[in-house]
Amino acid sequence: MTQVMQEAKTARKHRRALLQGNEAVVEGALAAGMRFFAGYPITPSTEIAEGCALKLPRVGGKFIQMEDELASMAAVIGASVAGVKSMTATSGPGFSLKQENIGFAALAEIPCVVVDVQRSGPSTGLPTSPSQGDYMQARWGTHGDHPVIAVSPWSVQEAYSETIRCFNLAEEYRVPVILLMDEIVGHMREGIELFEPEEIKLFDRLTKADPEQASMPYDIVPREQVPRITPFGEGVFYNITGLIHDNWGFPTNSPVKANRQCTRIMKKVENNLGDIEKYESYRLDDAQVCVVSFGGTARSARAAVDAARLDEFRVGMFRPVTVWPFPEEALAKICDQVEHIVVAELNYGQMKLEVERVAAGRCEVHHIGKVNGTILKPGEIYKKIREVAR
Amino acid sequence: MMEREGKRVFTNARWCKGCGICVAFCPQGVLGLVKQKIRILEPEKCTRCGLCEMRCPDYAIWLDVDEEWSGAATEGGAAK
Amino acid sequence: MASRLIETYMREERLPHIWCAGCGHGILMRDVALAIDDLKLDKKDVVIVSGIGCSSRAAGYMNFDTLHTTHGRAIAFATGIKMAKPHLKIVVITGDGDATAIGGNHLIHAARRNIDMTVVVFNNNIYGMTGGQFSPTTPTGDFATTAPYGSIDPDFDIPRLAEAAGATYTARGTAYHVPQTVKLIENAIAHEGFSLVECVSVCPTYYGRKNKKGDAVEMLKWQRDNAVPVSKARSMSAEELKGKIVYGELSRCERPEYTKEYDKIIAAAGGAKA
Repeated sequence: MTQVMQEAKTARKHRRALLQGNEAVVEGALAAGMRFFAGYPITPSTEIAEGCALKLPRVGGKFIQMEDELASMAAVIGASVAGVKSMTATSGPGFSLKQENIGFAALAEIPCVVVDVQRSGPSTGLPTSPSQGDYMQARWGTHGDHPVIAVSPWSVQEAYSETIRCFNLAEEYRVPVILLMDEIVGHMREGIELFEPEEIKLFDRLTKADPEQASMPYDIVPREQVPRITPFGEGVFYNITGLIHDNWGFPTNSPVKANRQCTRIMKKVENNLGDIEKYESYRLDDAQVCVVSFGGTARSARAAVDAARLDEFRVGMFRPVTVWPFPEEALAKICDQVEHIVVAELNYGQMKLEVERVAAGRCEVHHIGKVNGTILKPGEIYKKIREVAR
Repeated sequence: MMEREGKRVFTNARWCKGCGICVAFCPQGVLGLVKQKIRILEPEKCTRCGLCEMRCPDYAIWLDVDEEWSGAATEGGAAK
Repeated sequence: MASRLIETYMREERLPHIWCAGCGHGILMRDVALAIDDLKLDKKDVVIVSGIGCSSRAAGYMNFDTLHTTHGRAIAFATGIKMAKPHLKIVVITGDGDATAIGGNHLIHAARRNIDMTVVVFNNNIYGMTGGQFSPTTPTGDFATTAPYGSIDPDFDIPRLAEAAGATYTARGTAYHVPQTVKLIENAIAHEGFSLVECVSVCPTYYGRKNKKGDAVEMLKWQRDNAVPVSKARSMSAEELKGKIVYGELSRCERPEYTKEYDKIIAAAGGAKA
């Protein structure tokens, strides 16, 4: 699952394309079987809506430009309830507006993909400038405890393949999955390889054929961890609600039932970290300093690591691809090995909080970030590496 | 209006919230509330017009075919 | 034990419902079921969508595929369902606050698109679930817990709002006028395009008590005595219509339906039908 492509066929020659990150998301989503997109124009994510408007009808899918961000999120959930893989895309201000319905999708366990191409905030901020200021919003944006999976690609190739993985995760775990892009990756152009349909591994949500069973969309089939759901229109006649509900989807005030459902929706992610987590370790074997970075900023971080290595600093990089849930076990091992961690991110220290929690004093955690609308350059990160390693 | 032939009034006191709408709009004065629950007081007056069923917000009173219909509304659908 | 209509279209095990004694919503929910029954629709092809508030609890009681969504967003969720599976008949059950305050934007834009769905607004002139705050349809001057000196807010005429936004069928019924309201809901569901039926409900617990309108019986009698059929209203002056409820079919026209129009886009783009 973690690998979207079938291993055996990776050697074959692929179609190559020069794409922008946002365009690659559209290609990935179409390849994953997305057939409904609802959105609202917002910089720097608009190319995703434009691409879907152009390409969805060509494959019999549908695009709708809704009246606002809240409506887009609602329509996406509605289409998914009817059994169609659905996506929306936005940026910070719109991501805030979608949050209530993202919570609905989390509680009602409706698979969907939400792309957030981060721009500088808060508020309208710097609309055309990059940022990674929505890292915590991706996790805690909606109210109440809820499961979330968020994935942050660092290249156009990854924007494509991770979009496919996002759909697979959404379908498998019945959760909203956040594709946490940033303006850097969204607007960058790179040559990428597009997969052939037959080499893409897709996961489609499991359904219950027996109507009696299907009327319990929140009841788990033995030996499974995620309940199966049958789409609307199949004659099952069940209920979906944003209220805490029982196995049939009906509201309940029972503390026992509430506890059972709320715990279960958290556990279905927690118990499958091995499948959901994805990260990359780079030149960490003998490292004393580890740079932790994600998304577009990790490109600068890797260049800084390479430059520092030339100058004989023992430095490597750890890059979470799945940024939520945070890959804490993998990072914990690194914390035991290195003396310093430098978290490089385009904010005032959001992932740093997670890193500090995991490090728990085992190594020193430093931070380099900014929120002025410019990117972190390799030289700036290199300077920080030199500073902590001296 | 619905077919009246062969029908009688049924009630489900468990669902009745005692709002009194059926009592107030029954043209024949068939119905009453006893301890805030629907009661068929004068079944022989019932013309099976169905106005009670139409406006009962709680679905606690309705007309249906009674296999053993005796020509009058009788008490207690729930007991049947 | 319940009537055949209730046994067929309601989830009996969920009843009695949570609405207060004398709440008009129970009458109106039965109207919706009766309209669906009269149309002989396959239950499989009907989806009930609701938002938040007293009205929106209806979804949980009706035995169809039912989606109880977030506050104000029912029409937007319904839009997604309709786009995904256009053969489904979507009935949105919503309230005055849900549809015209927090969800007003979705109402007007769904009407503008003329997407095929029927919005049934249970209008009780108040926020009931939260205990009696004024809504966009609380008459000016009336009292509510958040209008302790009387509301200074002018109120919406919901069908006119929908018609102006592009709805191709609008109507108004009342909790009292059951056969007429059932027929209006029936016509709305049968109509291809965006249809809206405002159903004037009664809330004896909050709106009624706060404004000394009497109990449920008194409030229904008021509807009986103050509702004017649209045919008669046409020959009445604005002065004469003051404080009256005009019920009946208020507007109807034909305009291309949204999902049908999208099918043309798919055809033009060369895509096979989903």
